[in-house]
Amino acid sequence: MTSSLLEVKQLKTIFSSENGDVPAVNDISFTVNPGETVAIVGESGCGKSATSLSIMGLITDPGKVIAGEVLFEGSDLLSLSKKKLNRYRGNKMSMIFQEPMTSLNPVFTIGNQISEVIRKHQRVDKETAIKKSVEMLERVGISNASKVIKQFPHQLSGGMRQRVMIAIALACMPKLLIADEPTTALDVTIQAQILDLIKHLSEQQNTGVLLITHDLGVVAEMADRVIVMYAGEIVEETTVEELFDNPKHPYTMGLLGSTPRLEVEQEMLEAIPGVVPDLTEMPSGCPFHPRCKYAIEACKLEKPALIEDFPDHFARCIRAKEGL
Amino acid sequence: MSENHQDGVPILKVSALKKHFPIKKGFLKKKDQFFKAVDGVSFEVKAGETFGVVGESGCGKTTTGLMIAELLEQTSGDIWFDGRDLSRLNEHERRVVRKDLQIIFQDPFSSLNPRMKVFDIVAEPLIVHGMASGKKLKEDVLNLLEEVGLGKQHLDRFPHEFSGGQRQRIGIARALALKPKLIVCDEPVSALDVSVQAQILNLLKTLQKKYNLTYIFIAHGLPTVKHISDRIAVMYMGEIVEIATKDALFDNMKHPYTEALLSAIPVMNPHQKTDRIILEGELPNPANQPSGCKFHTRCPYAQSVCKQNVPKLQNDGEGHYVACHFPLNKNISQALNQEQPARR
Repeated sequence: MTSSLLEVKQLKTIFSSENGDVPAVNDISFTVNPGETVAIVGESGCGKSATSLSIMGLITDPGKVIAGEVLFEGSDLLSLSKKKLNRYRGNKMSMIFQEPMTSLNPVFTIGNQISEVIRKHQRVDKETAIKKSVEMLERVGISNASKVIKQFPHQLSGGMRQRVMIAIALACMPKLLIADEPTTALDVTIQAQILDLIKHLSEQQNTGVLLITHDLGVVAEMADRVIVMYAGEIVEETTVEELFDNPKHPYTMGLLGSTPRLEVEQEMLEAIPGVVPDLTEMPSGCPFHPRCKYAIEACKLEKPALIEDFPDHFARCIRAKEGL
Repeated sequence: MSENHQDGVPILKVSALKKHFPIKKGFLKKKDQFFKAVDGVSFEVKAGETFGVVGESGCGKTTTGLMIAELLEQTSGDIWFDGRDLSRLNEHERRVVRKDLQIIFQDPFSSLNPRMKVFDIVAEPLIVHGMASGKKLKEDVLNLLEEVGLGKQHLDRFPHEFSGGQRQRIGIARALALKPKLIVCDEPVSALDVSVQAQILNLLKTLQKKYNLTYIFIAHGLPTVKHISDRIAVMYMGEIVEIATKDALFDNMKHPYTEALLSAIPVMNPHQKTDRIILEGELPNPANQPSGCKFHTRCPYAQSVCKQNVPKLQNDGEGHYVACHFPLNKNISQALNQEQPARR
């Protein structure tokens, strides 16, 4: 891991509310290497989206990144001015959002929106930009691209819009692609098309991908490494094979047990009792202890650290070593 | 999975059910076009079983559920419930039948009245149908809440004070209040977090056993549908393309659409990199449906006959129905099992 593409160090993002500051992202560190797909998985409110927005510098009031570093090819994005940051965003790093309808501008044509990115970052004239836009659309599998660039977002289906988003994100051949639930709003056959597309592009261009998702199936399919988040913190991090074969954190085990599988017949699912804690009323000690079936007295008292108990396998659980 | 479904008594029989929504186009030259949301579906649901209905958005699964729950009038076709034709009931009879036929909705945020307290939400059906009043009403409501994992402390709260999973529990308590025979579950867990989905699925299974309920479980997530269902119908563009027991459907699917749908699901196993069938293109415009078999535009096996003739839903003799001119015949479960490493 000598030349990492993205290195996030002790990132902390808070949201101010009436009930005080809420740590949405609490001391998160990880790296993404070129050509590698890192998945962040967790349930709503775990901080996975806030992490991706913090990296892109898109956290707005009442949110604020208060500590940490986001090193992209060695330079800290958090300390850059907005102008300098914009040279990276959309160019060397870009993002795909969950909802393609709200992330495209409804009053501009598709061609307009793709060529805008190209013209902003590359010195080309309008015609070349449009020509490149058509090429991009064809690359993401839109067959009648020259017609689509004249259309508006509302004229396209959800799958098509998501392809357009990907075309925009990839227009400048980014080195890092952040995909925040890129297929959650799509049907499963369209999801398969989009995931296939992201995979191909990452393989061909050695793009690093940070994939944010709640779907463990998508994780198994796409990721090289996996980060599991719970209540704003990383609770487990390892390779995708290791995570599915030997999960060490009880929350990861619970997530795996909660998901129905096609190939396994079971009468009842191993549900995790209770709900995700409110970030304003965090439990003492380990934030997962009220829902954890392995919790012991010590879990209520002290917050566990993220420890590498097994080679290249980190877990935030004092009992992980016991092999639960 | 209740034991009673082997009795084989159909509690619900749907035949040639259609729902066509008119599309208004033009101002002077009015042309009557129809959006064929449900275009002739027929199936039977046995007492005590869970009948899954699966398909992608726009396939007509929710519309079918709404018609069965008497919340939407069909364009044509019959729904027989418990031996009675629902379209020929008078007001009084309809009220009686409604007690036995309940629905749980997808979105627990919009299906509960935000101005009503939990007590009133769950008590309302009991009051409307004159099932309980006074002290008994309070007892009944409390019992219902306990049944779904809530308690006394929740009675006086409003829906906004609850999480998504808890709201869905309230919705289930309300559906249970009248001791129904059949509950239409329309995507009951799609809006919930994974860990909470499992809680609700387990609750639905427990309640089914206890009260011998029949479920129609509508969802787009195949693993979820497989987990809870006994038999499954696959819908595509307003039609049922395949009906089978869950094992037959997953091990020996006969329709190419079912095959593609199953193949598209990401498998929760990083060691297994499947060669998936990626369907090309998207759903055709429902207002302008393809001729012949509606799936032929995306089907990898389509022949010329598929463009002309509409395939009929046919029984293979063992209760496995398929609407395809060239049904598949294979057993993928072997392939699935081969690469399965030992798991925790």
